[in-house]
Amino acid sequence: MSTKAIEIHDLKKIYGGQFTALKGISFDVEEGDFLALLGPNGAGKSTTIGVICSLVNKTSGSVKVFGHSIDNELEAAKRCIGLVPQEFNFSQFETCLQIVVNQAGYYGVPRKLATQRAEVVLKQLSLWEKRNTPSRELSGGMKRRLMIARALIHEPKILILDEPTAGVDIEIRRSMWEFLTELNKQGTTIVLTTHYLEEAEQLCRRIAIINQGEIIENTSMKDIISRLDVETFVLDIDSMPEKFPEINSVTFRQRDDTSIEVDIPKGISLNLIFSWLSEQNIQVSSMRNKSNRLEELFVKLTENAA
Amino acid sequence: MYNKQAFIALYSILAKEVSRYFRIWVQTLLPPAITMTLYFVIFGQLIGSRIGDMDGVSYIEYITPGIIMMSVITNSYSNVVSSFFSAKFQRSIEEMLVSPVPTLFILMGYIFGGVSRGLLTGIIVTIVASQFVDFKIHSWPILFFVVTLTSMLFATGGLVNAIFAKKFDDISIVPTFILTPLTYLGGVFYSIKLLPEFWQNVSLGNPILYMVNAFRYGFLGFSDINITHALILISCFIIALLSLAYYLLQKGIGIRS
Ligand SMILES: Nc1ncnc2c1ncn2[C@@H]1O[C@H](COP(=O)(O)OP(=O)(O)OP(=O)(O)O)[C@@H](O)[C@H]1O
Ligand SMILES: [Mg+2]
Repeated sequence: MSTKAIEIHDLKKIYGGQFTALKGISFDVEEGDFLALLGPNGAGKSTTIGVICSLVNKTSGSVKVFGHSIDNELEAAKRCIGLVPQEFNFSQFETCLQIVVNQAGYYGVPRKLATQRAEVVLKQLSLWEKRNTPSRELSGGMKRRLMIARALIHEPKILILDEPTAGVDIEIRRSMWEFLTELNKQGTTIVLTTHYLEEAEQLCRRIAIINQGEIIENTSMKDIISRLDVETFVLDIDSMPEKFPEINSVTFRQRDDTSIEVDIPKGISLNLIFSWLSEQNIQVSSMRNKSNRLEELFVKLTENAA
Repeated sequence: MYNKQAFIALYSILAKEVSRYFRIWVQTLLPPAITMTLYFVIFGQLIGSRIGDMDGVSYIEYITPGIIMMSVITNSYSNVVSSFFSAKFQRSIEEMLVSPVPTLFILMGYIFGGVSRGLLTGIIVTIVASQFVDFKIHSWPILFFVVTLTSMLFATGGLVNAIFAKKFDDISIVPTFILTPLTYLGGVFYSIKLLPEFWQNVSLGNPILYMVNAFRYGFLGFSDINITHALILISCFIIALLSLAYYLLQKGIGIRS
């Protein structure tokens, strides 16, 4: 049996005695896993993370981190976690180095070792040149990376990232992905929330979807992808056919004068469509996926639940 | 777990606190030096020379301990109230909340930070004072004891204030409406023996009176009130406020939703 990095059971959170943000959720994260926690705005993702990291007091239910209950082994639980929160939470006037070294200190890492480690993580996240810059003078993307550096300084077994790539440019996002993948390979369990489903698809092996305080899906990425039974393509063509053919259960739609949309069920060969088009003497100049397939499924799932 | 790791954490909080007030020394360490210089010039030299002696010493000598105490009180208080409130406001307090630092050590970190600024200010002001007055010291131990306890008390008060504060206004209400009046009426500038009996008794309800007098005793060797009583009273206040602050932090009042 593999160890559970996180075990959440029947977790409820009622804010201010009125608003129920979590309606009793349960899910586990296996050690070494890479989980995407998805859900629309206000679904309860940050609340869940807040409870795990003891920034939010739970109303009821239980949370264990590597077997340590946050009720009676809080310190041990905290040591296992590194948190990258959704909102920047630095002291504005402290420099990158001070922030990271002090954070290490809070975990009891001696100053000298902390300084050595700080150099390593700041270099890894390309912030070493900025080490003496106060946090408020960093760009948004740099602040995100600083939060990652800060979260890693005590070498946590699980890294929890709440929208780490919000407002990060494409290049840095990709390097962050690489960084996280590598970290996961070396054994760190990772949980991340994101609104970019492409990101979740690229990175994560498991996916949990939370909507209005309830877990509505918790499965492997493979499984969810296999459920995407129809794919929609957009084809740019040089002339519009008179009418569309009947090919199995493929549906055609005209978008505008020079492009069509085709819904193609899984298992149907694209060749069918191309050969019909070439029979009509129509040239296809380009083709693309209409939108992220996962995105559509996500919308469907969260709509149904609402 | 009050082991080595917790002390490293304490050191980190303290380092953060001390570097904060040194970084903004123009707002923290310089003003008391300037204000106190003004007090000494105006009350001590210009007006003081006309007042004559009080309790057998020159007026400037009489007010020196109170003035030092006043700056210790304000600085201990305001260090913790602003530092903790801004940590709450910028949410950098979360850095400590997610980490395994025991609550007691977070508490100590902030209190010691405030005390260190209070004492440093005390030293600065004493140096300033020594340019104007030739004072002698009656009892070093009492002086040190009283100033440390007072600083601790007000640092804790600042922490409690910051825990409850929801907006920036809330951190100046207590200093403006409670602390300053109590300090001015706490026998810094006069001996309560000069007051009518009724007001003497009212003054005895002012905790700051005890601290100022105990401190003055350390300098001059006399006081309006009994030193032992004063020390016991201050200690009781400290214990009460520290327990309250610990309870609030442990519960996460104002910092955890
Ligand atoms: N401190 C709070 N007090 C009261 N209600 C809150 C508090 N924090 C969050 N909520 C409410 O709880 C619900 C869940 O919020 P949460 O921040 O967990 O959502 P989220 O899934 O992280 O959303 P997003 O994707 O926008 O970050 C929301 O309706 C929010 O308004
Ligand atoms: Mg959120």
